Amino acid sequence: MTFRETRELADFALQVRTDCIRMTNHGQSGHIGSMLSMTEIVTYLYNRVLHVSAENPRDPNRDRFLLSKGHAGACVYAALCRLGYFPEDWLMTYYRDDGKLMGHISHHVPGVEFSTGSLGHGLPVAAGMALAAKIRKEDHRVFCLMSDGDMNEGSTWEAIVFAAQQKLDHLVGILDYNRIQALGFSKDIAELEPLEDKLRAFGWSVVTIDGHSYDALEDAFAKLPFACDKPSLVICRTVKARGVPWLENTVKSHYGFIPDDKVADAIAGCKAFRDTFVKEAV
Amino acid sequence: MRGVFNKTLLELARKDPRIYMILADIGYGEIEPFRDAFPDRYYNVGVAEQNMTGVACGVAMEGNIAVTYSIANFPTLRCLEQIRNDVCYHNANVKIVIIGGGVSYGPLGVSHHSTEDIAILRALPNIVVCVPCDTCEAEAAVRAMIAHDGPFYYRCGYKNEKDIHDGSIDFRLGKALTVREGTDVCVIFTGPIGYNAKLAAEQVQREHGISVRLVSLHTIKPIDRNAITDAARNIGCILTVEEHNLSGGMGSAVAEVLADEGCICKVKRLALPDVNVSLVGSQEWLRDRYGLGVRGIADELVKLSGR
Repeated sequence: MTFRETRELADFALQVRTDCIRMTNHGQSGHIGSMLSMTEIVTYLYNRVLHVSAENPRDPNRDRFLLSKGHAGACVYAALCRLGYFPEDWLMTYYRDDGKLMGHISHHVPGVEFSTGSLGHGLPVAAGMALAAKIRKEDHRVFCLMSDGDMNEGSTWEAIVFAAQQKLDHLVGILDYNRIQALGFSKDIAELEPLEDKLRAFGWSVVTIDGHSYDALEDAFAKLPFACDKPSLVICRTVKARGVPWLENTVKSHYGFIPDDKVADAIAGCKAFRDTFVKEAV
Repeated sequence: MRGVFNKTLLELARKDPRIYMILADIGYGEIEPFRDAFPDRYYNVGVAEQNMTGVACGVAMEGNIAVTYSIANFPTLRCLEQIRNDVCYHNANVKIVIIGGGVSYGPLGVSHHSTEDIAILRALPNIVVCVPCDTCEAEAAVRAMIAHDGPFYYRCGYKNEKDIHDGSIDFRLGKALTVREGTDVCVIFTGPIGYNAKLAAEQVQREHGISVRLVSLHTIKPIDRNAITDAARNIGCILTVEEHNLSGGMGSAVAEVLADEGCICKVKRLALPDVNVSLVGSQEWLRDRYGLGVRGIADELVKLSGR
């Protein structure tokens, strides 16, 4: 990836992070850590992978993107807003009375494919969409972004079995694998490891990457599908609340918003994190 | 009824390539003709009802009609959140079909009794709740279900149900069907239990001269408010009969209409009591045991009419 491309993506991600911090602060909502951990993934998907457009959000040939970890929907709202799907002044209505943007991701927002909020719903629906596309020989792809908590749900595993059985190789699961869920570290609650081995045993093709590296994201997504006749899973190792050093990798970040007196500091942290990309690229 | 459902769906699927069946490993002896005719529109997801409903929702959101199908509570309660969040919230064109409403599978036990489904499903926005009473309604209801654009709950009976309607019917969703006219009591029933209500109506006419209007309320949501208020205002005495828990079912829905419309009339709800039906017996034996046999319904009619 060129320096300029990296810088553009890093700038977009900084904008998304800043929006998320401000939206959740203004709405006094939660899940800021979940949003910040998937910001590079969302940035890369919307800017480099998904065939979607703000001009024609319901284009039948669009790629489908489902956010199964709907609690982090503000991150997708921010990305969609910055891509022109809806006016900027909607952002600060997030979580507010008579607002345009509800806490968990909603299909009533332009550009959002599917509403979620209860975990374990995204992958089955994505598999159904991928099945319909396969039968009709349509070539769009279906992406489903999940979380550690999503992987706890039995319905996710039901869909994992189904997608392999049906050879849905245009279905792409993406895991924002930050290793923290609602009440603690995933390893202490419902350990998923060895996850690659499990998914391979279930008939998926799997790669694990650094979910904050654009080069790694580019490398992985360029190779889709990883194997003919198999659904693909991109396990993105991420850090919860990435960009705000004092909040990173904490269970607390799953809940709170960043209070007024720390917003500037948090955004400064995100700027510093953005600068690491530019430095690395140089 | 089960046979009529599958035969009619197959006929409709021949004309409409949007129709898919998404199953969870249930339907032996009934679904094979659909499977054989449309192998690319038939998917057995395995014993995984949540995934069945999610996949059906995804298939439907791509412009298709997805039918989920299983017995008793499996395609409803096991995956209720998928029905609520995925299907109903997105107004997806998913048809949820159960075989064996009420205590059709009597001796199989509580796990196989669908006795709270009407209450639970009718509480969800966007969904039609339909309970055909005989083969005549069952066939018409399949056609109406496919013609309707949106979530639909179809509570099918099992097999060997007796006809309640004589001849052809003018079946329209949300419009109750009058089986026979009467002036003393109006029996509003839903589903195959209506056959017992019909026999009871004939019996009390014969033995006590009680004139019973018999109404099949096949669509519980949206409900036919006119049929209910007309019975209240012109007859003044209503008996509801359903093979469902007393809480929240069709009788409750009727009572809600009467309350909302300010109707003052005698009302009695006949249903299964608010218990787990753990007695062992056939559907007809269990109906008798809980006052839903012909004798039980006839006794209520006599009491209500004051004869």
